Amino acid sequence: MKMQFRIMALTLCVLALAVVFLRFTPAGAAATGQIVGTVKLDGQAPHQKPIDMSKDPACAQVRNGSIASQESVVVGANGGLANTVVYISQGLTGNEAAIQSQAASIDQKGCQYIPHVVAMNVGQHLTVLNSDKTAHNIHPQPNPTGGNAQWNKSQLAGSGPIDVSWANEEIAIPVKCNIHPWMRAYIAVIKGPFGMSNDTGSFKLDNVPPGTYTLTAWQETYGTQTQKVTVGTGKPSTTDFTFKAK
Amino acid sequence: MAGKIFALVVLLITLATAYCVIAHVWWMPVDISVHGPKIDHQIEETVLVAGLLFIAGQLVLAAFAFLYGHGGNRIKQIPGGAKPLIIFAFVLVGTEVVALSSIGAKAWGAVYFEAPDPASLKIDVQAGQFAYYFRYPGPDGKFGALHPDLINEGNQNYFGIDADHDADAKDDIVTAELAIPVDKPILLSLHSKDVGHSFYVRELRVQQDFVPGLNIPIHFTATHTGRFEIVCTQLCGLGHYNMKAYLSVLSQSDFEDWLKKQAAAQ
Amino acid sequence: MHQTARHAAVHHAPQGFIRKYVFSVDHKVIGIQYTVLSLVAVFVGMALSWAMRIHLAWPDAHIPLLGMISPNGAPGGLMTPEYYLSLMTMHGTIMAFFVLTAAPMAGYGNFMLPIQVGAADMAFPRLNMASFWTTLVGFVLACATFVIPDGPPLSGWTAYAPLSAVGPVAGPGQGWGQNLWGLSIVCFCIASLLGALNFIVTTLDLRTKGMKLSRLPLSTWGWFIDAWVSLLAFAVLLPTCLLLILDRLGGTSFFIPGGLVINDQMQPHSGGSPLLFQHLFWFFGHPEVYIIILPAFGIVSHIMPTFIRKPLVGGWKVVTFAEIAVGTLSFVVWGHHMFVSGMSPFMAMVFSVPTLLITIPSVIAVLVWVFSLYGAHLRFDTPLLFSLGFISLFISGGIGGFFLAQPSTDSYLHATSFVVGHFHFTMGLSAIFATFAGFYYWFPKMFGRMLNEKLGKLHFWLSFVLVYCVFMTMHLTGFAGAVRRYSALVDDFMIALIPANKFMTVAALLLGATQFIFLFNVIWSRFKGPKAGDNPWGATTLEWDTASPPPFDNFGGRQLTVYHGPMEYDGEASVMQTSPQPSVAGT
Repeated sequence: MKMQFRIMALTLCVLALAVVFLRFTPAGAAATGQIVGTVKLDGQAPHQKPIDMSKDPACAQVRNGSIASQESVVVGANGGLANTVVYISQGLTGNEAAIQSQAASIDQKGCQYIPHVVAMNVGQHLTVLNSDKTAHNIHPQPNPTGGNAQWNKSQLAGSGPIDVSWANEEIAIPVKCNIHPWMRAYIAVIKGPFGMSNDTGSFKLDNVPPGTYTLTAWQETYGTQTQKVTVGTGKPSTTDFTFKAK
Repeated sequence: MAGKIFALVVLLITLATAYCVIAHVWWMPVDISVHGPKIDHQIEETVLVAGLLFIAGQLVLAAFAFLYGHGGNRIKQIPGGAKPLIIFAFVLVGTEVVALSSIGAKAWGAVYFEAPDPASLKIDVQAGQFAYYFRYPGPDGKFGALHPDLINEGNQNYFGIDADHDADAKDDIVTAELAIPVDKPILLSLHSKDVGHSFYVRELRVQQDFVPGLNIPIHFTATHTGRFEIVCTQLCGLGHYNMKAYLSVLSQSDFEDWLKKQAAAQ
Repeated sequence: MHQTARHAAVHHAPQGFIRKYVFSVDHKVIGIQYTVLSLVAVFVGMALSWAMRIHLAWPDAHIPLLGMISPNGAPGGLMTPEYYLSLMTMHGTIMAFFVLTAAPMAGYGNFMLPIQVGAADMAFPRLNMASFWTTLVGFVLACATFVIPDGPPLSGWTAYAPLSAVGPVAGPGQGWGQNLWGLSIVCFCIASLLGALNFIVTTLDLRTKGMKLSRLPLSTWGWFIDAWVSLLAFAVLLPTCLLLILDRLGGTSFFIPGGLVINDQMQPHSGGSPLLFQHLFWFFGHPEVYIIILPAFGIVSHIMPTFIRKPLVGGWKVVTFAEIAVGTLSFVVWGHHMFVSGMSPFMAMVFSVPTLLITIPSVIAVLVWVFSLYGAHLRFDTPLLFSLGFISLFISGGIGGFFLAQPSTDSYLHATSFVVGHFHFTMGLSAIFATFAGFYYWFPKMFGRMLNEKLGKLHFWLSFVLVYCVFMTMHLTGFAGAVRRYSALVDDFMIALIPANKFMTVAALLLGATQFIFLFNVIWSRFKGPKAGDNPWGATTLEWDTASPPPFDNFGGRQLTVYHGPMEYDGEASVMQTSPQPSVAGT
């Protein structure tokens, strides 16, 4: 009798532990894949004009003399196209990776938005900072029919961060500064996994459950391209995008 | 006693004000334009005329408050009653008014009633919430057409020119700073992208509002080199206080170098 | 018509608290209601200016109260640029309309005019009540802009189009606040038009026996002339505000041209003219400043003889005709606000001429007041002190006008703090000092008690010195080109003016604190002040020939007969207008 009880207790413990492990394992963590790739520009990038910020000398103060350029097409070594948001536009079931708990952030520094493009999840928090010695007025301009509300807020020099989040997917919300007309940024608000290409054009999507998806790459000047991709749990799936310069 | 104190206070205020004006404690910066001396002369005339009236008015008020505070003496009337006062007002003030108007007309005329020099350097100026942008016509001397629907500030197409399809626009030079050669006639054409703004350069003695829907010309010749602020003086929204651009008055050769550099950066 | 008006003015004593003190048709109650409204409005308007001045001097200052009222406008109490402009807009609106146009005209005028002409009430008492309540609705709408999410408008009290006309796309401060602002002004216009009708008809039709026009008190003349100017000017402001609201909400384009790109959006308007708005606004706006100052002229002209114990030089005619000239000329000078606006430069010269000429009747009035002091017996009670202060401030303000009346000099000084100093001296402080003079003078008649003289004098001396500290300095920084309506001083040449701005801020805050002496005096004296007799100042006009405060029908059933003009003074001797005794002053 005593032996039977021991076995039953042991089995129950094992079962309990299994339940515990299964419950607290992030959905899909046990079996997710990755998508990697590069985004390239085929052709000559349009001239990225330098930005004359003389209208607000406080901008130059922070920049220490460095000249900013517009960032509508940023091309790195080997034709890599930066600031391209890559995300899954079709095929998600809704059980994907949880919302990133860490806040995304965007800074206003040297009278430019850093980074130029922010990719984040629906519901994720975004912290807006002002590291400049001048006031900014951050003004996201979402699509009026998309469900995200338009707002703008003045952020004085030395004032604290602004915290916001977005309820609806939108790729991407243009952001301008009402005070400094050259400032532009984009906020891509995405459901599900996403990645953004760096200045070599490389991007990576993590925590993608196995399956077949439509992958979309969005770049502010060249628009979107889509490709089908199948993701498994082993080696990362590779997808490359090439945008054609006009 | 109250009358004497009132007189003293008014006297002190009058002296303090007169001192600040005569000593130029806060004053106009040195003028750098051809028409500027006419405006400055008009201001000096007005300071003299208005200043004398100010001092006279306050001091007579003070004197009467000082003298007639006791109330022991018989009531007196000013000799002649109101008649001398009315005559004084018409004659003295009327003369002042006529003089200031007619001399002032010349100063005003120097800004607005003289036609611009046909050889003026033409520059297109656009004001928009909250910055100024300037456009030079380039080697072809012609400005490309403006298409407001093509304005794209993120791509720095502030004017909405169609450089790809419009031959005149291809060589237009868009800058954020207004550089001009010294001693040359300049003709600016002011237009607004959105709401009312204004173009004010204290040293140039020029102030002109931008009116949405209109292209307003102003012309001047700068007489000194230097860097000066163009500030907005027509309330245009939250960034009004921070809406400015720099005016650079350069030697002819420096100006040509600057223009070449700007053209290369387009 | 004459008889009907006279009958309409007679009514029975009201019963019950509501009919007596709230929905009253009695011009005296209505006058006090307007005065109380202005008192509330002036403290609101001043508080807005304190917040503005603190921000200019110390831009990093946190003002917790502001943060509570508007977390968007002043997060954590730190004022945003748009909120500064909103406060500035409402400061101008509340002060110009609900204080300066309301108190000296609607406040005192309503209380005193019927009594001064010997009537039992205004010609149209119910219309009068409607005027007050409409004004109150207007004030509530103006205050409501502070509590709505979009906040108050930021386009200035002048609300130039297209900034004010295109709607929320123009940015923060251009949401529903601007619509409420427009509606508030519409209410004020309606109330003012109705009030003006009442003043005119009462003055013409309800004068008692013997009260010829030549015997009217000068304050009544001031209100009467002012009513005509109001009628013509507010009649233009009313449709202007309606057109503005239509552009904002009705899809029209009265003031908005085509081809505008605001916030990256092509605006769906075309064919309108921003300059049209300016012409319409200033066609009202210039007479408005005279609407504000004419009652002040009248009040000071009325008060001075009592305290200098002699009539004004030239009797009633010179000052009154000067006022008529000023009021008439005020309608042909509006373009001097638009010299650099893009209006034809030739028109600038045209407007400049009458603008300079209007100096002549103004100088005549000033000379009359000043030279009336010659050979007088000055009794330096508070009403006279404020009257003398008025004269000094009006001289200072008027002198500044010389610079702004000429297009050539105005092209440098336009939109600088010189203009702000100028209009604060002329329509702001001169009018306020005259209003204070009237308040100290008539408080005994209105409430049956004397205000405290010591506190009154303290109020005067501090205010007089401090207003010069603030607003003369503003003229001077204007010569340096200090631009107005800036929420912060960041330009190179503006930074040099920060010390002067700090000085002005400190002076302004002290000036504000001084007004609490007045407020305390008013509230204390209302309940605890020494009781006033019928005629504490030894004056001669009809309001002093009845109890303090007057009975509900003003004269206790008596039918007064007037034998003299209003300025029967000769030193200690004086003769009431209603006294059959011979004249002492020969007027």
